[in-house]
Amino acid sequence: MSEPTIGARTTAGDDIAHRLPGQDAGTAGGHQQAIDSGSRRWSSSGAARNGGLVVALALLCVVGWATAGSRFASLQNVEVILSLAAVTGVLAIGMTFVITAGGIDLSVGSVLGLASVWASTLATQAMAQQYGWVVMVGCALAVGLGAGLVNGVLIAYGRVVAFIATLAMLAAARGLAEIIAGRRTQIVTVDSFLDIFRGDLLGLPVIVWIFLVVAVAGWFLLNRTTFGRRTVAVGGNPEAARLAGINVRRHTLYLYGLTGLAAGIGAVMMLARTTAGSSTNGTLLELDTIAAVVVGGTLLAGGRGTIVGTVLGVLIFSTLTNVFIQNDLNSSVQAVAKGAIIVGAVLLQQWFARRDTATT
Amino acid sequence: MVSDDRHGGEAAHDAMERTQAPTATAAGRPLLEMRGIVKVFPGARALDGVDLEVLPGEVHCLLGQNGAGKSTLIKVLAGAHQPTEGQILIDGEPVTIPSPVAGLKLGVATIYQELDVVDGLTVAENVFLGHELDSAGFSRRREAARRTRELLARLGHGNISPHREVGTLSAAGKQVVSMARALSHDARVIVMDEPSAVLDTGEVATLFRIVRELKAQGVAVVYISHRMEEIRQIGDRITVLKDGRTVAQNLPVASTPTRELIRLMTGRTVEFDFPPRPGVPADAPVVLDVENLGLRGVFEDVSLQVRAGEVVGLAGLVGAGRSEILETLYGARRATTGSVRVDGQRLRPGSVGAAVGAGIGLAPEERKSQGLLLDEPVYRNITLSTFGRFARGGLLDERAERKVAREQVAALDLRPAQVERAARTLSGGNQQKAMLARWLVHGCRVLLLDEPTRGVDVGARAEIYGLVRRLADAGTAVLVVSSEIPEVLGLADRVLVVAEGRVVHQSAATEIDEHRVLDLVMEGSAA
Repeated sequence: MSEPTIGARTTAGDDIAHRLPGQDAGTAGGHQQAIDSGSRRWSSSGAARNGGLVVALALLCVVGWATAGSRFASLQNVEVILSLAAVTGVLAIGMTFVITAGGIDLSVGSVLGLASVWASTLATQAMAQQYGWVVMVGCALAVGLGAGLVNGVLIAYGRVVAFIATLAMLAAARGLAEIIAGRRTQIVTVDSFLDIFRGDLLGLPVIVWIFLVVAVAGWFLLNRTTFGRRTVAVGGNPEAARLAGINVRRHTLYLYGLTGLAAGIGAVMMLARTTAGSSTNGTLLELDTIAAVVVGGTLLAGGRGTIVGTVLGVLIFSTLTNVFIQNDLNSSVQAVAKGAIIVGAVLLQQWFARRDTATT
Repeated sequence: MVSDDRHGGEAAHDAMERTQAPTATAAGRPLLEMRGIVKVFPGARALDGVDLEVLPGEVHCLLGQNGAGKSTLIKVLAGAHQPTEGQILIDGEPVTIPSPVAGLKLGVATIYQELDVVDGLTVAENVFLGHELDSAGFSRRREAARRTRELLARLGHGNISPHREVGTLSAAGKQVVSMARALSHDARVIVMDEPSAVLDTGEVATLFRIVRELKAQGVAVVYISHRMEEIRQIGDRITVLKDGRTVAQNLPVASTPTRELIRLMTGRTVEFDFPPRPGVPADAPVVLDVENLGLRGVFEDVSLQVRAGEVVGLAGLVGAGRSEILETLYGARRATTGSVRVDGQRLRPGSVGAAVGAGIGLAPEERKSQGLLLDEPVYRNITLSTFGRFARGGLLDERAERKVAREQVAALDLRPAQVERAARTLSGGNQQKAMLARWLVHGCRVLLLDEPTRGVDVGARAEIYGLVRRLADAGTAVLVVSSEIPEVLGLADRVLVVAEGRVVHQSAATEIDEHRVLDLVMEGSAA
């Protein structure tokens, strides 16, 4: 896949190099050729990357089927894998935007914990008993969005490095969750909430539907809207985006609001899955999230993001976990395999990047 | 003693001969030679045949504008880049320099402009960074300190303690440390990239003393600068680079007039047919009105007006503040004084959004780092300022974007005419066309062009000129900054000469010639 293009580039280079001095008019041909190979390389590698992920996922499934047989290859198990992927998946969709824009949000796991606690306090649940599940959902989304906007303000207007600002939020949100919950687990007793979010719709769990809807909406937002275009522009070249008249700071604020909102949605799903609000909800989820996004092919440096890749990345990790569980392998082995996958994916990404990037 | 004196005399005599015979190959064997160096990057030919010849014990000045290829040449010499073509010889032996370490081993050390010292380490640790003195794995700190002291003394800076943390030193001090490091490698050629840029006047005097001492010790110094006075003071011979080529080699500093040097740096080797200037009607409305604009410490009191259909050029040397003027009136920097008006409406200062909204467009000097999304397709680069306009309710209309981009590509003859291509793969001239296309789509009232033909192939330049004029004819007010004086004079209707952050002259382009501009630039710079 790489051979022909690399060859073409060399040929084009030689073309230019062998031009005689003063033969300026003759350059067009050489340039043309160099340019042709460049474009083909660019478009093919993106598809190749998603293709690679599909192959990896398929291989995992083959391994799962071969080792666990029908325990793995059953509709119930697919449902299990998807449910496992759903929460991380929603966070990862939000994270894809921030990373595409050249940022990072380490606080999503903590914010999810905080939102899940806040949405399940006695007071909130009492209101929800009276007014319905919307209260809990509204609370979770508002807490997530609020925390995200605080991150955004600090990063965009306070000029705090994203890593630091969200690291601070990671600590603070977790602490606040503990204070609110008093280190107790808050059981969700609102039936209307449980009925809806623990239920099935057309044969799939509702939280899987939420993941699917968020993923489709995320794909649409990134690829088909001005918001998505601005995201790519800000990540690809913030200075060029600013000089083209894009309000980079305001957009940065929105982006962190978006990841916060995703964490709020994740909190709702977590409450449904575990039927409990706990300050430990979502611990270390930020790392799984970032891993899925990066493995999916979104550039950590920004400027290129793929929702399809992120979804595949999340599915690869949840399938991996499932295969290990089905084979009764402990979580330590799982962690090692995860680590290897992350490193492998990043090495591959860097290799693509080096091949794509012209040395200047 | 006697023999020493005679040697000294001979050396002086040799030096005389060299100055009289510019291409001194017989007089003294060159320590370093570079022959026909070509460096091709994808889409750009950074070096296109550079020759350089450096003799032992001389200060060889490398002169050229930004983008002439100086930085690339240094990197080739330091081993950071590999030349596509050409030969490097040290002591007459062809060598390859595959890495910076190899360069140091061959005795070539580079003092970069952004000094590469580690602030948290001591002076001695910095000097021996990468070749630490040790025995059996234990660092020999006392020995390192002793040798550092010797090196510093050699540089006339025995007062700096080897144990001092480098972060506490001034820029000049750091430079000395950098040079001590070079000497610790037994460097015979030291390349200094605009060493005076980070220094104040007193420190520059010290730098010169050091350079003279190095020279007396037989070390060759390649001195890069575009400050003429410095070259006069310190240089022996000059090589001038332009557009990645050596345009003049081994000019003796003593007998080459400054004007000649500036002409070599800024002049055209090829004559261009500039598009005809139809002349701006007297009743053409003033579109851009800048009053007393100032940015503390950079430029002050800049007032200018550009009428619809008029091209105004800002001429001057690099560092005179021209780019900053453009960026400030664009809102990318926040002016400390003054106002900018477009069609009579005053712009909110420090807001690019306001400037773009009012119809100002900027094609920045550094297209790649400031203008383009290199990995994004051409059409998205063209619509970067306008994609929101094609969108309905936040939904992009990429078909409309591609259509308008294709129209622009056809109108500007942007090649290759494929809007899906990544901007990175375009040549410099076509990248510039994409920038112009962006503002054409935006339909701007005022177009700011910073070095519009930098990195643009000779062939494509005439096209860019034609485009700029067509834009003006369509009623756009154009403000052009260029370091190439003939370009400003050929393209603009009216010329403003900027020196040291002030506008020192203003007239119609036809009423002023290159020599007069050079005089003004030099007068202004001397003041």
